[in-house]
Amino acid sequence: MRHGVARFVTGFLALPVALYLLYVVWPFAQAAGYSLTDWGGYSDSQRFVGLDNYVRLFSDELIRKAFWHNVFFLITVPLFTIALALFLAFLLNVGGREDRAGIRGVFGSSIYKVIFFFPQVLSLVVIAVMWQQIYRTDGQGLINGLLIKIGLVGADNPIAFTADPEPFLGIPAVLWWLLLIAVWSGAGFYMVLFSAAMQSIPKDIYEAAILDGAGRFHTFFRVTLPLLRETISVAWVYLGFIALDMYALVFVMTPSQGGPNHASEIFASVLNFTAFQKGQFGYACAMGVALAIFTILLAAAQLRITRRERIEF
Amino acid sequence: MSVTPETPGDLSRRTLLRRAAAAGLLVTPAAGLLSACAGSEPSKSTGAGGTKSKDNPFGVKDGSAVKVVIFNGGLGDQWAKEDKVVFNAKHPNITVNMSSTQKIKTEEQPKMATQPSDLVMNSGADMMDRSTLINEGAIEPLDDLLTAPAWDSEGTVADTLLPGTVGDGTQNGKFYVVNVAYTVWGNWYNAALFKKEGWQAPTTWDEFFALAPKIKAKGMAPYVHDAVHGYYPRWALMASIWKTAGKQVVVDIDNLKENAWKADGVLKALEPWEKLVKDKLLLPGKLDHTQSQQAWLDGKAAFIQVGTWLKNEMAATIPPGFEMTLSDYWSNADDKAPKDVFAASGEGFVVPSKAPNKEAAKEFLRAILSKAGSAKFAELTKSLASTKGSGDNVQDTALASANTLMKNGGSELISVKFQDFYADLDKESQNLSEELMAGRLTAAQFIDKMQAAADKVAKDSSIKKQTRTA
Repeated sequence: MRHGVARFVTGFLALPVALYLLYVVWPFAQAAGYSLTDWGGYSDSQRFVGLDNYVRLFSDELIRKAFWHNVFFLITVPLFTIALALFLAFLLNVGGREDRAGIRGVFGSSIYKVIFFFPQVLSLVVIAVMWQQIYRTDGQGLINGLLIKIGLVGADNPIAFTADPEPFLGIPAVLWWLLLIAVWSGAGFYMVLFSAAMQSIPKDIYEAAILDGAGRFHTFFRVTLPLLRETISVAWVYLGFIALDMYALVFVMTPSQGGPNHASEIFASVLNFTAFQKGQFGYACAMGVALAIFTILLAAAQLRITRRERIEF
Repeated sequence: MSVTPETPGDLSRRTLLRRAAAAGLLVTPAAGLLSACAGSEPSKSTGAGGTKSKDNPFGVKDGSAVKVVIFNGGLGDQWAKEDKVVFNAKHPNITVNMSSTQKIKTEEQPKMATQPSDLVMNSGADMMDRSTLINEGAIEPLDDLLTAPAWDSEGTVADTLLPGTVGDGTQNGKFYVVNVAYTVWGNWYNAALFKKEGWQAPTTWDEFFALAPKIKAKGMAPYVHDAVHGYYPRWALMASIWKTAGKQVVVDIDNLKENAWKADGVLKALEPWEKLVKDKLLLPGKLDHTQSQQAWLDGKAAFIQVGTWLKNEMAATIPPGFEMTLSDYWSNADDKAPKDVFAASGEGFVVPSKAPNKEAAKEFLRAILSKAGSAKFAELTKSLASTKGSGDNVQDTALASANTLMKNGGSELISVKFQDFYADLDKESQNLSEELMAGRLTAAQFIDKMQAAADKVAKDSSIKKQTRTA
C-alpha cells in the first residue's frame, strides 16, 4: 500500500476505533475490573476481593435456578421461532399450488407476510402492554374473557398466565406464557429472513423435484431445509442471544420481576436485583461477565458445529 | 416507611432499554454507568456562605440554585410545586429547579457518586435501597434539620412532626430520611353501599367471616388485594402479626432473632388469612394494584386493603356517591394489641452527601414541612402530611375516616423494618406473601419459609446487620 493511502485509511478509521475503544471496550474492561471488587454502587470506595464473586456464583441457588430458566429459553426460543418462521416462509413462498406460472406461495401470501411481520415494527413496550391485556387474569382479559364466555374456563378460576408458577411438563407455566410472546414477536422477522433466502434458491431446483414426484413434505425437507442451512444457523445464534436476555419480558410481564416466587427468575433479573436492590455491584458485574463469557462460548460452538461447505447457485 | 406504587404501563421504552442493557448481554452501557460513578473528587458546596438567621438557619447563599427531584407517583407532584411557592416567598433569590419522575433509581443512582441532585424524593417501586445509601455514606445525616426552627410555627421542626416520623427516618442513631407523608393502612369499604345493604363494617375476623356469605349472596367477592406486588399483602400480614402476637414479636423478627417467626401468636395471626383464601372469599384473578382497586370501585369486591394514597390514586374513576372509608385491619378476640393502627410516615426525602447545595436542600425541606406546605399537601393529595394538623381543614370521607382511625388507635403505631434493612428478606417476604394469598402455602409453611429466609440473611456475612430498638 502506498503511503498516502495508508494515511487516508487511518484518518477515516481513527475516530470510529477511538469511539469503540472508549465506549465499548473500555467499559467492558471496567465491568470485568469491578467484578473483582465488593463495590456497592453508590460510593467511590471499593475493596479488591479477587475471584470471590465468581466462587460465590457457583454456590448461589438463585443463580442456578435462573441459569436453568435461561437454558430453557435457549433451547425453546430458537427451536419454536425457527420452526414457525420456516413453516410460514415455506407456505408463503413455495407452499402453494404449482401451475403454469411455476412455484408460488399460498393464496394471499403477500397479505399474510405483512401480518406476520407486524409484531416486528411494534416497540417492545407496546407489545408488553398489549400482552398484559391479552393475559389479564380476570374476565376482562382477552383470552380469559373469551374462554369464560364460551364456558371453557370457570369465572371463579381464570387462567393466571404469568402469575402461574405451577409446572407444565416440569417447567413453570409462566415461562411457557413468556415463550409464547417471544415466539410470536420474533417469528415474523425470521419469516422474512427465510423468505429472502428461499427466493434466492433457483426455482428450477423445485421444479425438478416436483417433476420427480416430490410432494410438499419432501421438497421442504430434501430441498429447502438443506439449502437454508447457513441462514438458519445465523438465525439460531441471534435467537440464542435473545433467549439469554429475555429481561424486558420478565421485567414487564411477571410479578415482582422474576416471580411468582422466583418461578421466572433469569440471569438478567437476578443481576438487576443484586446490583440495584441489594447494592452489590461487584457481584452483579461478576454475573454479567460470566454471562458474557457463556454467550461468546455458545456462539462460537454454534457456528463451529453448523459450519459446512457452502453451496453456490 | 411506605412506598406508593407507580402506575403500571408508563414504563418508557427508553428506561426499559436502559435497564435491559444494564442487565442483559450488553454489559456496555451498564459498565459505562459504572465508570461514571467511580473515582470522582468530592464536590464543593455552592450554597453555603449565606448569613445564618432564624429565617435562614442553614445559611443558604442568596442567588444559589437548588435541584429538587420529586417522585411523581400516587400522590402526584402538584403539592411539591406549591411548596416551591412557599419556599420562594421567603427566599425569592434562590432558584428551585424542580423535576419529577417515576424512575428515581434509574435516573438518580448513576449520579450519586459524582453530581447528585440536591434533594431527592426516594420513593416508588424504583427507589434506591435505603440501607445501601446509608452504608455507602451516600446520603447526609439531617439531625440539624430537626433542631432548626420551624418554618411558620413555634418550636423546632421536630416539634411539628407526627409521632413515628423521626423514628422512621432514623438508622444507626442518625436521622437520614425526611418522610413527608403520613399513611394509614387498613381495610377500605364503601360506606354508602354498606348503609344501603344494612351491613355493619366488621372489626374482628369473626364478624367478617359472618358477614362474608351475605356479601357473596349479592354477587360480590368479600375481599380483593394486589396480587402482583408482594408488599401489598405483606402490610396486611405483618399488621395481623403485630396485633395478635404483640409488638415484641415484630421487633424480634426485624432483628433476625432466632425462631422469631415461630413465636406464639404468629400462626394464629395468619390462620384467618389462610381461611380467607381457602373459603374462596377473594375476587378471582391475579390483579395488580390499580386493577384490583378499580374492581373494588366497580363493586366487584366489598373490601380492599391498601393505604391512604388510594383516594388520590383512583381520583379519576371514583363513581359518584361512593364513600371511601378506611377501617382498621381485623383482629381476633384475645389479641395482644388489637387497637394498634398500621400507620407510618413515608415518601422519604434524602440529601445526597455530594450534593452541591445541601444547605438549600435542607431549607427546602423546612418549607415542605411548614404549616402552609403541609395543608396544601393534605388538600391536594387527600393524604395526611407527616406534620401535625395537616388534614384539619380538609372535608373528605377517606381522610376523615383515617383521622378517626388514628384518634381511636392504641398507644403504639404498627411498624415493620426488616424490608428496609435487608433487600433479600424484602424480596422473599413479598414472594411468600403472594404465595400464601394464592393458596399455594399454608400459614404454617409460610412461617417455616420466612424463618429459613431470615436465618439465611442472619448467616450471610456479606450483609451488614441492622438493629431495631423501638
